[in-house]
Amino acid sequence: MSGRLRAVWPPVLIALIFLSAWQLLVVVQDIKPFLLPSPSLILGNFFGDFTLMFNAAIYTGTTAILGLMFGTAVGLVLALAAQRFGVVNKLITPLAAGLAAVPIIALTPILNNMFNITSRTPKVIITMIIVFFPVFVNVTRGLIQVQPVQLELMRSMNARPRTVLRQLRIPNAIPFFFTALKIAAPLSVIAALVSEYFGGPQQGLGSRIASSAANTAYGRAWAYVVASIITGLIFYLIVLAVERWAAPWTGRARSA
Amino acid sequence: MSVTSPVSTTAVRATGIWKVFNEGQANEVTALQDINLTVEAGEFISLIGPSGCGKSTLLRVIADLTHPTKGSAEVAGMSAADARQQQRYGMAFQQAALFDWRTVRRNVELPLELQGWSKSARAARAMELLEMVQLADFAGHRPWELSGGMQQRVAIARSLAVDPPLLLMDEPFGALDEMTRERMQNELLRIRQETGKSVIFVTHSIPEAVYLSDRVVVMSPRPGRITDIIDVNLGSRDEDTREAEAFFAGVTAVREALRGRTGGSAARARVGEV
Repeated sequence: MSGRLRAVWPPVLIALIFLSAWQLLVVVQDIKPFLLPSPSLILGNFFGDFTLMFNAAIYTGTTAILGLMFGTAVGLVLALAAQRFGVVNKLITPLAAGLAAVPIIALTPILNNMFNITSRTPKVIITMIIVFFPVFVNVTRGLIQVQPVQLELMRSMNARPRTVLRQLRIPNAIPFFFTALKIAAPLSVIAALVSEYFGGPQQGLGSRIASSAANTAYGRAWAYVVASIITGLIFYLIVLAVERWAAPWTGRARSA
Repeated sequence: MSVTSPVSTTAVRATGIWKVFNEGQANEVTALQDINLTVEAGEFISLIGPSGCGKSTLLRVIADLTHPTKGSAEVAGMSAADARQQQRYGMAFQQAALFDWRTVRRNVELPLELQGWSKSARAARAMELLEMVQLADFAGHRPWELSGGMQQRVAIARSLAVDPPLLLMDEPFGALDEMTRERMQNELLRIRQETGKSVIFVTHSIPEAVYLSDRVVVMSPRPGRITDIIDVNLGSRDEDTREAEAFFAGVTAVREALRGRTGGSAARARVGEV
């Protein structure tokens, strides 16, 4: 416990110093809220309208989770296919890279037209496409990058390809998978949030930030930003906890 | 045993093995040239030679991890492929190649799991083997928590799991420090004594080859071939063996054979005289 405390207090201290300096700057220089609201104003809004914040986070978080789940599923299936069939790997990898270079969020208006704008579907699809790429690339690497000596060992033990996949390749890919999720989980929140800027239902974090700023409620706009940060962090921490539980050997010194 | 089945007295028979990489291309390499070698049951054979002499390739041909260009290898009276499929050998490598996601015990269980052993039977067998390599207390540990020597002992226990008559070892102690290495050599000799396995052991180290082996097979590169086979007759080994005159004579004989000197015969004549 004391070890955990020791790990926690330096960032907490730095955050407190930073917030104090910010508060001081705003008060002393008399900076107007539309330029930079003070931390006390933001936090006042955050706790004052906590139910609003919470509901908005739930709405956007749900979009993010759906996109994260579907994007991860597609990434995993295609990674398995890419490992199994070299042709698939050669076909998909450049396509996936191309997809990653598309400004996907900018496609939201188009998807909004394709699907019902009042539904969640376009935003889930955007999130899914963004999540897919890191999962696919990392997991494919984890499945393929196995120590040659471990493959020889499996062959010496007369293991079938399916056994090699189950006993060696998949466990080997698990740390890669969690690395991908640690990138993809906060990213899914950002994708879900930004896609809300292009219309549709107004109860999400992104819509609320935009409308608060438009109504010159800067303190509240920033409070929603805080809620967005917390949502992203929760996503990240959940992935971290699942990793500890499901793959306790990752993050350790790897054996030779 | 030899009465009921005469083939079982031969652990390994390599006949006219050639291995050519990139055949017909500019970068063609003859890794093995006409290798003939017979290993009797219960015998401990070392393959020694400089890098590129094909000793690891020969081991891989015997293990059916790679196919010879010409010739054939037999293990326990059957083809190398059949022997691999029927798990008639266990293999250990320079890297322990343990799976980080398995505990020490479950690493040893791996070959048994692939053979479809029941959970309780393989746990019992794994514990028996871990006791043999004196790591029973570490059964529940993860591989990364163990030292290099301990990891290698786990790998050896794993190679013995299905109780194969033959052990194929590719520089298993190559990455260990000298003290650990000598301890591991004694350990290996003790295990071999207890189990009566035949062993083919690839090494770079002359003293290691002499200390462990009944015969040292000396190989030479470009093309990879057997240039000499030296009988070592040190009787039962203990720490004093490493300082015995016969041991040094063996070391000298192997060293001279490696240099390609025919004069090795004089030194060879002294091997075994204590």
